[in-house]
Amino acid sequence: MAVLTEEQSLLRDAARTWTQEKSPVSAFRKMRDAALPLGYDPAAFAEMAAMGWCGVIIPEEYGGADFGYLGLGLILEETGRTLTASPLLATALAGASALVLGGSEAQKRAWLPRIAAGDLVATLAVDEGAHHAPRKVALAAARNGEGWRLDGVKAFVLEGMAAELFVVSARTSGQSGDEAGITLFLIPADAQGLTRKALKLADSRGAATLAFEGVEVGPDAVLGEVGAGWPLLEQVLDRARAGLAAEMLGTAVQAFEITLDYLKVRVQFGQVIGAFQALQHRAAAMFTDLELARSCVEAALIAIDEGSPDTAELVSLAKAKMGETLHLVSNEMVQMHGGIGMTDAHDSGLYLKRARAAETAFGGQAFHRDRYARLQGY
Amino acid sequence: MADLHTDDPEAFRAEAKSWLAANFPASLKSRGGVMMAEGGLPSEPAIRAWARAMAGKGWGVPTWPRAYGGGGLTPAQAKVLQQEMSAAGAWSPIGGMGVMMLGPTLLEYGSEAQKQRHIPPIARGEARWCQGFSEPGAGSDLASLQTRCEDAGDHWRVNGQKIWTSGAQWADWCFCLVRTDATRKHEGISFLLIDMRSDGIEVRPIRLISGNSPFCETFFTDVKVPKDNLVGPLGGGWAIAKRLLQHERGGLAGAGRGGLAAEPVSELAKAYVDLDEAGRIADSDLRARIAGHEMDLRAFQLTGARSMRESRSNSGPSAATSIMKNAGARVAQDRAELTLEIMGNQGLGWEGEGFTRDELAAVRGWLGGKAFSIYGGSAEVQDNIIAKRILGLPDPLGPSR
Repeated sequence: MAVLTEEQSLLRDAARTWTQEKSPVSAFRKMRDAALPLGYDPAAFAEMAAMGWCGVIIPEEYGGADFGYLGLGLILEETGRTLTASPLLATALAGASALVLGGSEAQKRAWLPRIAAGDLVATLAVDEGAHHAPRKVALAAARNGEGWRLDGVKAFVLEGMAAELFVVSARTSGQSGDEAGITLFLIPADAQGLTRKALKLADSRGAATLAFEGVEVGPDAVLGEVGAGWPLLEQVLDRARAGLAAEMLGTAVQAFEITLDYLKVRVQFGQVIGAFQALQHRAAAMFTDLELARSCVEAALIAIDEGSPDTAELVSLAKAKMGETLHLVSNEMVQMHGGIGMTDAHDSGLYLKRARAAETAFGGQAFHRDRYARLQGY
Repeated sequence: MADLHTDDPEAFRAEAKSWLAANFPASLKSRGGVMMAEGGLPSEPAIRAWARAMAGKGWGVPTWPRAYGGGGLTPAQAKVLQQEMSAAGAWSPIGGMGVMMLGPTLLEYGSEAQKQRHIPPIARGEARWCQGFSEPGAGSDLASLQTRCEDAGDHWRVNGQKIWTSGAQWADWCFCLVRTDATRKHEGISFLLIDMRSDGIEVRPIRLISGNSPFCETFFTDVKVPKDNLVGPLGGGWAIAKRLLQHERGGLAGAGRGGLAAEPVSELAKAYVDLDEAGRIADSDLRARIAGHEMDLRAFQLTGARSMRESRSNSGPSAATSIMKNAGARVAQDRAELTLEIMGNQGLGWEGEGFTRDELAAVRGWLGGKAFSIYGGSAEVQDNIIAKRILGLPDPLGPSR
């Protein structure tokens, strides 16, 4: 655990108390069983917003608290522990970052206060296929008088059914795969020609496919510079990745603690199974990986807050190491629980499913290993 | 000598910088590897002068009290010193087991007379110490050691055999675990300081797979040891040993890091393996494994920094500290394996012509590094410690330890 300021500690404690009391895993299970259409409980999200969590990284002049990414990461770590489903990552982190980093004054005034209040959900619409590949933008934005006309698809958009505002990467020149020629647009969900379809994923969280058919927007829909959206997109994605890694850290720590508790109570051959060295060493290995991964996640969040020049590589490090660790811990959770871990009644399956979805979102381990190597020049 | 020592580490930075500029000869940059090569410093005048200067400041042991020859710096100042030394390319000429292990232990458990006698020579880099812990029958199960120590009236009489006594062939002194009570396991162990020039000590170097002989077997036959050389209470050696091993593990994690501060393996690879048109390592499997290793290294370094910050703010070792020895050993061994693989046959030279100095060093380093996960508590013992002390899992061998 990073050395925290008093305010950060208070924020973390508040998040821990709320998630443990108001949003335990049983709440997530209830949401899943009720098949809520948005993939989260709006009443719970309203409580989170009322505590100011949607404005953590938003400057005070736009209704936020300007409390930094480590601050938001501390909240996400706690929500990750109990698998709390909410659009916090999509809107308060990714959507808000896009506007804070790239928005014009008018765009900030229009959207940020509503995001900070939790009145509106914004989200990124970036990927177009099964894998995270932010350069592979085929969705076309063509000049249309003063404004633009968008045609194409976006896949696996987080909280895509809940969002009222999409930050869309579109191609204004060049070929899919090029970094040049990418432009970001702010597209309201009720835009003419935009349709969305809910995706039911294994982790029961909200996602959607978007289809753009002749969606017409004005020139003020462009976020940042025309044709030069790539560096902005990378910065926004890095914030989303680091925040997701913080959520994954909480998920992995909780999965590990549940498993460790089970090793201390399950009796076989006349002793608790945690007395067996074969399991002890695997538990020690998980603990070791969790400590290493925590260092990476915290370093990435701190680097963002400090504007450090090695932010991108630290983010890829964090997402990859956290992905590896969550992968291991979620598998071991099922294996060490044995048969009970295979039942739907036990929480192991919920952690396992969430683990893979989180690993895949915004780039899996292979994606970030490759990116780390590129950033190091090999 | 009245130095200006303020509590402000940034004010101290200027002092450290100017002192290093005045005292560290540029000719010694990147010569840090000469340290302890043959159990002591080479007799080059420049190196000796540098060692004297550092000893004068006590900066080889920056946080030890000035009363015993240390630098008397705060941890924050010591960190600044380390940063400034690193920036100047300077290295500490004062090291070894006395600095890493015995000194901190003696400062905590030694009598005033023992501290007066032994700490200043360590701080000056003059006294060379070796560790008499392991025995042929007591490796991971260290507490089963058998070296006998009997009360012979006005002195102790020691008989037995120690193994893996690093540097015993050069050492002036040995800190030793001995059995003073055969009827009790842990409570029968005492901590004794033995002068290596005593009669009855025989040292035989052990040749290792790397071809080097950094370790010895040491035989004790009716060795007389003064009564004053017992550290702590009779039968109280195990607690002291455990504390000392914590210092050892901390230092060994650091040792792994030292070897890793060198050129990244990805840079080395560019000189040995095929690159694609963009200048990237063409073999995607090797490239991914190199990236994986360099990320593991970064994670290890970040954890080391985090564990230091947390230890300072919580005034005690954080949970992260417990994983450092195994994590450091694994990263260092992975690096050695990758280095050999990258060098191919050039990385398998044993001696003679046809190989660069770095290539020959790589193969020796690879073999020598296999010890990282064995000494100072094997990887498996470290995992036992994490399982028991941190995770609270039951001891499979019963509650005695």
